[in-house]
Amino acid sequence: MSGPILELVNVTAHYGRIQALKGISLRAMPGEIVTIIGANGAGKSSTLMTICNVLRASSGDVRFEGRSVLPLSPDRLPPMGLCQVPEGRRIFPRLTVSENLDMGAFFRKDHEAIRRDKDMVYDLFPVLKERRRQPGGTLSGGEQQMLAIGRALMSRPKALLLDEPSLGLAPLIVKQIFAIIKRINEENRTTILLVEQNANLALQLATRGYVLETGKVVLEDDARALLGNPEIRKAYLGE
Amino acid sequence: MEIFLQQCINGLTLGGLYALIALGYTMVYGIIQLINFAHGEFFAAGGYVGVILLAWMAAQGMTQSHPWLCMGLALLLTMIYCAMLAMAVERVAYKPLRHSSRLSVLLSALGMSIFLQNGLMLTQGVYDKAYPTEMVSGLVTFGGLQISIMQILILSTTAVLLVGLNALVFRTNVGKAMRATAQDKVMSALVGINSGRIIALTFAIGAGLAAAAGIMVGFNYGSVRYDMGFVPGIKAFAAAVLGGIGNITGAMVGGLIIGMVEVMAAAYIQGGTEYKDVFAFIILIAVLYFMPTGIMGENVDDTRV
Repeated sequence: MSGPILELVNVTAHYGRIQALKGISLRAMPGEIVTIIGANGAGKSSTLMTICNVLRASSGDVRFEGRSVLPLSPDRLPPMGLCQVPEGRRIFPRLTVSENLDMGAFFRKDHEAIRRDKDMVYDLFPVLKERRRQPGGTLSGGEQQMLAIGRALMSRPKALLLDEPSLGLAPLIVKQIFAIIKRINEENRTTILLVEQNANLALQLATRGYVLETGKVVLEDDARALLGNPEIRKAYLGE
Repeated sequence: MEIFLQQCINGLTLGGLYALIALGYTMVYGIIQLINFAHGEFFAAGGYVGVILLAWMAAQGMTQSHPWLCMGLALLLTMIYCAMLAMAVERVAYKPLRHSSRLSVLLSALGMSIFLQNGLMLTQGVYDKAYPTEMVSGLVTFGGLQISIMQILILSTTAVLLVGLNALVFRTNVGKAMRATAQDKVMSALVGINSGRIIALTFAIGAGLAAAAGIMVGFNYGSVRYDMGFVPGIKAFAAAVLGGIGNITGAMVGGLIIGMVEVMAAAYIQGGTEYKDVFAFIILIAVLYFMPTGIMGENVDDTRV
């Protein structure tokens, strides 16, 4: 069996003097869906931002396909196959939907394949095709989330980091988005690291889960086991 | 009526040149929120590099046999030279301050402006340098209207550059990346855009356009001077603010308006010639007072590029 595609070893990170991550270790195997759950401020988004080097790790190591990515600037990671859909989606508001997708493939030169991938994204999210000439900022929250995921897919990621894809969306849309995430994982064997406050949904989708509390991993288990864990049910699933 | 049309063409010529300079201000502001006070110096440097190249070509006897080719070549080489100069300036004076306060970068820009202007003075002297305007002579007559071939040349070159820039920014992937970087630098890094490179490119393009304007001003007025970057620089800045700073179309429109107003005021207001420089600044003050976001600006910090 091959090694993990993504691995964090004892990663710490700070915002100024405040320590956000206090030694996070986690791993994702190729093709796996791993979720990180935890309360607000537990360090979930900081973990993803540290993986992408937007937030610099103070110590520890982040390895992608066995290679340390800490010395690399953030823009070097998407070409390697590591891509993030950040919290708040961060659509380029004054680029059109189509242009936003083009930016996802910015570093690629295989124009034919890019066009096919764009059609694939439009198949996955037909509403984006309808709105392809509209500025990204004019889309609804759900459409923006679809665009953010579509933009990330344009880079043909091997591992996709998703930060709170359900945030602020109606339950029906959330269901739709989660179905797409599952489909991406199944069809392309894309590894998915999913950060969610909606622990119930995330654990139903994922194979394994990590529970974060104040910058530390306090629990790691199979998603099913976490779903059945009475403490987790009480703390994160609202029972 | 003929005089009015004549003035319209003069206004269009001048306005086009202001637009070319204004683009550099607005693009740099759009991408790193810096008012690049050294930008006028790229315009001046362009005027000088152009005349130096043309003098060299004349010494080789090339300008007599191929005047058009020489002018085109001088324009191209000057734009490339100033683009590289701007990238060097960005690397030395702005990039190290990327995470400092905006005031530090602004002061660095002012320092750069003084440095470049004095560099030009020390190497090229304090006196006017004459342009070989005899390279293109002749008039074209439309009805009662007389237009010099030089003016047609300037107008068409300006138009080509403005259309070309529009195509670059709105049609190519690099242009989209420039706009993406202006809108969200973290996100553009997360899709694999190297923002440092895009910022350097923005400086290069802005300086290239200003340099082209420098050469054309040299041909239009017959000479260049080491301090020629200052006043047109500030007027072009006024044009960028009028159009809505950070907005590319706005800079073009703003430049044309400022040029047109200046020419018309000089022609039709009593004593307007002496005070022609004042009008750009009256517009600047009025815009800042009554509509600080400019013509194309919508919200103060959300309408860039």
